[in-house]
Amino acid sequence: MTEPTDLQAKACEPILVVEGLQVAYPNREGQMVPVVRDVSFTLGRERLGLVGESGSGKSQTGRAILGLSAPGARISAKRLEFRGTNLLACTPAQRRALRGQKMAMVLQDPKYSLNPVMTIGQQVCESLQAHARMPPRAAKEKALAALRAVQLDDAERVFSLYPHEVSGGMGQRAMIAMMLIAQPELLIADEPTSALDVTVQLEVLALLDSLVSQSAMGLLFISHDLRLVSRFCDRVLVMYRGKIVEEIAAHQLHQAQHPYTQGLLNCLPRLGQSRHPLPVLDRRPEWSL
Amino acid sequence: MNASALGLQVQGLRVAYGDFVAVADASFRVEPGASFGIVGESGSGKSTVLRSICGLAPMQAGQVQLLRTDAGKVPFPGSKDFRRQVQMVFQDPYGSLHPRQTVDRILAEPLDIHRLDQPQARIEEALDQVGLGSVFRFRYPHQLSGGQRQRVALARALILQPQVLLLDEPTSALDASVQAEVLNVLERLRARLGLTFLMVSHDLAVVTHLCDQILVMRHGHSVEQVCAADLAAGRVSQDYTRSLMRAAEGFVRSGASMLIPITPKGPP
Repeated sequence: MTEPTDLQAKACEPILVVEGLQVAYPNREGQMVPVVRDVSFTLGRERLGLVGESGSGKSQTGRAILGLSAPGARISAKRLEFRGTNLLACTPAQRRALRGQKMAMVLQDPKYSLNPVMTIGQQVCESLQAHARMPPRAAKEKALAALRAVQLDDAERVFSLYPHEVSGGMGQRAMIAMMLIAQPELLIADEPTSALDVTVQLEVLALLDSLVSQSAMGLLFISHDLRLVSRFCDRVLVMYRGKIVEEIAAHQLHQAQHPYTQGLLNCLPRLGQSRHPLPVLDRRPEWSL
Repeated sequence: MNASALGLQVQGLRVAYGDFVAVADASFRVEPGASFGIVGESGSGKSTVLRSICGLAPMQAGQVQLLRTDAGKVPFPGSKDFRRQVQMVFQDPYGSLHPRQTVDRILAEPLDIHRLDQPQARIEEALDQVGLGSVFRFRYPHQLSGGQRQRVALARALILQPQVLLLDEPTSALDASVQAEVLNVLERLRARLGLTFLMVSHDLAVVTHLCDQILVMRHGHSVEQVCAADLAAGRVSQDYTRSLMRAAEGFVRSGASMLIPITPKGPP
């Protein structure tokens, strides 16, 4: 165990430094189309929200950090450092060693991102054994403990089920268990609750929240839901067309300055307020400059 | 309101797949020209209700009936005329449009089936109604954004000039900003064409925005029916509705105690 003073010192130092990140993909004519443009932020042991519409480049930012961009992507940055390691200078093998063990990702839809022909237990064990050699029996014990830690009531039963046999909420818990079993320092959650019911959403969020605060890891929470992010995260970055247009402390979101952020907040229907027609975003070309 | 507006009455609807009862007993009445919403979590049977109305799910018991204000005849469920009057818009515009057909072809098919005249003019008009210009007419679905696709799906339903629209989570696959646009289109069309809406959603705010009457469903049973104003003001009688409303407010950090105990499964 680390001493509390040690932990405090650790809390200040950034886990991830991103400076001037650019991601571009070639189009059919071979020209490079930028999808992430000059994105800079640092992430400490905190919950950082990354919000934007589809196509704003928020997922591409997360994937570039992990090194999971689709083939053909051109990634450049002034700095892309994880705990002092320059990620852009790493070999694919080094990136692979980091992934899963030091940095992990929770994906949107458990229906599509779990392997359909392996049981939940096999998949949790696999992610464990990919990084540490251990006998199968010990791996199973650890996997069961991880499944219990994500509040799956009957871990033994879930262990032997296939992904199609569990509900969306259970699948997402299993995926979180799989990602957290190696105790990563950075967790990138890409729309972890968008495929879930509102009520299950709350449970999964509460679980993520308690796990993140217990283990003091850094969380990059990617979502299109500005209201959800503002309640869940400490700090929010708002992206529009590949650029960060605003950074704001979550509790000050209602004071957001940028018209895009205001528009996103404003266009949701609210219980108890009758607004007909709903205000829509008036996209101005100067936002994407 | 449109003089020929049709309403919809569902009585004692029961849908079961083998031993699994998806909808145990649903009864409600949608007045002609009204907008009715069904909310519930996944597995509550809300989409199954819509699917069985338009004949996509087997009905074990119960009755579906169209209502009209004047004394005329109403088409019988399953008849061709019923299918023309009652059209459905599905949740996922990425899955509900044929990927290898152009918008033009997608919109022409219902006209072919129902042998309607002047297909060109009707296609132009339908695209115009949903706010897409004729430039979109010869595009393929993959060339359109999610909001544009959902508008095409809406145009496909409207092209037969139906009186009742069944909307199965029409905006839940869309971004918040695009959702606002599609909701506004739906609202404008209802006002202009005098349509009757039956909408299903898991989002209480969306349903109260668009609907006057709301039915809350859980595990295939109806929990309660409230009017939108009562729901918005919190005047509801069932605990389950209250817990749904709390969930709709979003995440509140207050330690482990915020795990709302509403997941115990099984019929209430």
